[in-house]
Amino acid sequence: MATEPATEQVLQGPAAWEEEAGREHVHGLGPWRLGLRRLRRNKVALLFGLLFILLVAACAAAPVWADKVAHTTPDANHLSDTITVDGESKNVVGLDGVPIGPQWFKADGKFFLGADRNGRDIMVRLLYGGRNSLVIGITAAFMTTLLSIILGTVAGYFRGSSDAVIRAVLDVMWSFPVIILGTALGVALALGGLKIGPIHISGDSLVITILIIGLVYVPYMARPVRGQVLSLREKEFVEAAKAQGAGPIRIMFTEVLPNLASTILVFFTLLIANAVLLEAALSFLGAGVRPPTPSWGTMIDEGVDRIATAPHLAIVPGAMLVLTVLSLNVFGDGVRDALDPRAKVRLEH
Amino acid sequence: MGRFIVRRLIQMTFVLFAVSIMTFLIFNVIPNGDPAERMAGRQPREAQIEAIRKEWGFDDNIFVQYFTTMKKVFTGDLVSYFTQLPVGEEIVKGLPRTLSLAIGAAILWMFVAICFGLYSAVKAGKFADRFLTIIALIGISMPVFWIGALMNHYLGYKLGWFPNGGYVEFTEDPIDWAYHLILPWTALAILFIGFYSRVLRSNVLDTINEDFVRTARAKGLGERQIMIRHVLRNSMIPIVTLWGLDFGAVVGGGAILTETVFDLQGVGQYAAEAVGQLDVPPVLATTMFAAFFIVLLNAIVDILYAYLDPRIRLQ
Repeated sequence: MATEPATEQVLQGPAAWEEEAGREHVHGLGPWRLGLRRLRRNKVALLFGLLFILLVAACAAAPVWADKVAHTTPDANHLSDTITVDGESKNVVGLDGVPIGPQWFKADGKFFLGADRNGRDIMVRLLYGGRNSLVIGITAAFMTTLLSIILGTVAGYFRGSSDAVIRAVLDVMWSFPVIILGTALGVALALGGLKIGPIHISGDSLVITILIIGLVYVPYMARPVRGQVLSLREKEFVEAAKAQGAGPIRIMFTEVLPNLASTILVFFTLLIANAVLLEAALSFLGAGVRPPTPSWGTMIDEGVDRIATAPHLAIVPGAMLVLTVLSLNVFGDGVRDALDPRAKVRLEH
Repeated sequence: MGRFIVRRLIQMTFVLFAVSIMTFLIFNVIPNGDPAERMAGRQPREAQIEAIRKEWGFDDNIFVQYFTTMKKVFTGDLVSYFTQLPVGEEIVKGLPRTLSLAIGAAILWMFVAICFGLYSAVKAGKFADRFLTIIALIGISMPVFWIGALMNHYLGYKLGWFPNGGYVEFTEDPIDWAYHLILPWTALAILFIGFYSRVLRSNVLDTINEDFVRTARAKGLGERQIMIRHVLRNSMIPIVTLWGLDFGAVVGGGAILTETVFDLQGVGQYAAEAVGQLDVPPVLATTMFAAFFIVLLNAIVDILYAYLDPRIRLQ
């Protein structure tokens, strides 16, 4: 007799709550909605996010500019050519070897930002180079994210020996500064490229740079991911899923990954910024993109060599790089503040 | 404490061993053709490749190869096939320059970051805070070799305020030494100032709400004393750890770009030049040197930390 009222109450409970919620029209917002609302209020972050999209769009449109405005290609030399500026004829590269500076629209868009020492159109190279830098940055960031999620979740969820091995490898990789590990791999792979079974990647290929950059940042993301998975696996909802008979793969996709999503998103944004920076550093040292393939890194490298006579050669690609990285950093910061303010994300080393 | 140190040193030995294996794997085992050919550099001669293959024992089994390589690294037997100079001597020669750069930059970035971070936290949400945040973000978005090259060109070459690259020994003339290093220190410090001031700002904002700060205020301490003696001191702990690790990272690798731009001729520039020539032996040695330095500094920081904070020893 004593248990009867209690059972009734439990059965009535949820129905009663639902009724109450319906009466007061309380609509709870999910974490993503709340995050989006917070991000929308952060006008600075949105502005810089827009800037990044514009930069990507501009670089994606590189062939259009080269074809329709500058009428040249990124690798075409105009060493002995002349252009007409305000009715008078000028050498693209002066007799003293100094290339012309920015012409803006005075030569109908030709040499908009001047020429380099081989008489190549800097604006065209800047856009094509940006395309390469961004492709490297985004693909490498994607690779890092994927590897980190796999390694981090396996290590954190299964613990035991797989955790010990993964952690040891990540710790050792972490002992090398990013730039040193990158250059070491770059040097080792530059001559001869990479041969894995039937696949042969040439040493000049952008794929090598992508693989290197994608690999060296893995410890910086996989370690925090592992830490989060470690705490998630002890949560009640994981226990509940286990009690319902869900296997590890299913728990991974339905319980663990959705809870990692905001961290992953923040990391991904900041990883692109760091990957673009690392590409520039590796190319500057000669262990990244190989000239004459344009990238912002190789262009800065060529520009720094000529900084005394033609400083615009270094300033222009560097400024584009800073603008891109800054826009990603500000936007990534905004996303983090909106979704996961407590996340401690750090990549530089 | 003694037990902690022993445990930490044993752990360090294991990591050093693993680091040496990893370096070996990168240069000797990555599957891309003939390692002897790679070792010989850009324009290898047939006889030299054959000599290198014999010298490094690339035909031996992999364990023997590992020992041969390590023996060469640690007995100073390693010779660049590009310059024909012994690698060990070159690293020892460059080390004082690299340390001069790293120590000066580390002091500079810590000092400026404390000023920026504290001011930013005190003015949180106001214009000054937002302004400093943007400045810090610009700082971490700039490649050091780019801003360094621009500083060198405009402040050094064009305006003539600073020497245009180069290095003077400290023992020769300490003032000229510092004068030559001002630009490199600044260029290297910019990134870290941006990063540290942001970390410090958020730490200070966390600490400000602690009970002991309220107690300090309640007992009538002045605002300046609260900020410096109570808030700053407690916010500094995580930063000091980072500082030790980043110092190791700069000596081990961060200096590679700065030294090249300012022509300081330290270990970093030595490595950078070797990278440019695809000269494997110096790159191998500097890679290992970098990782060893970082592992060593990690251990020192941990031990110091355990000395300062007894709770850590028990973990």
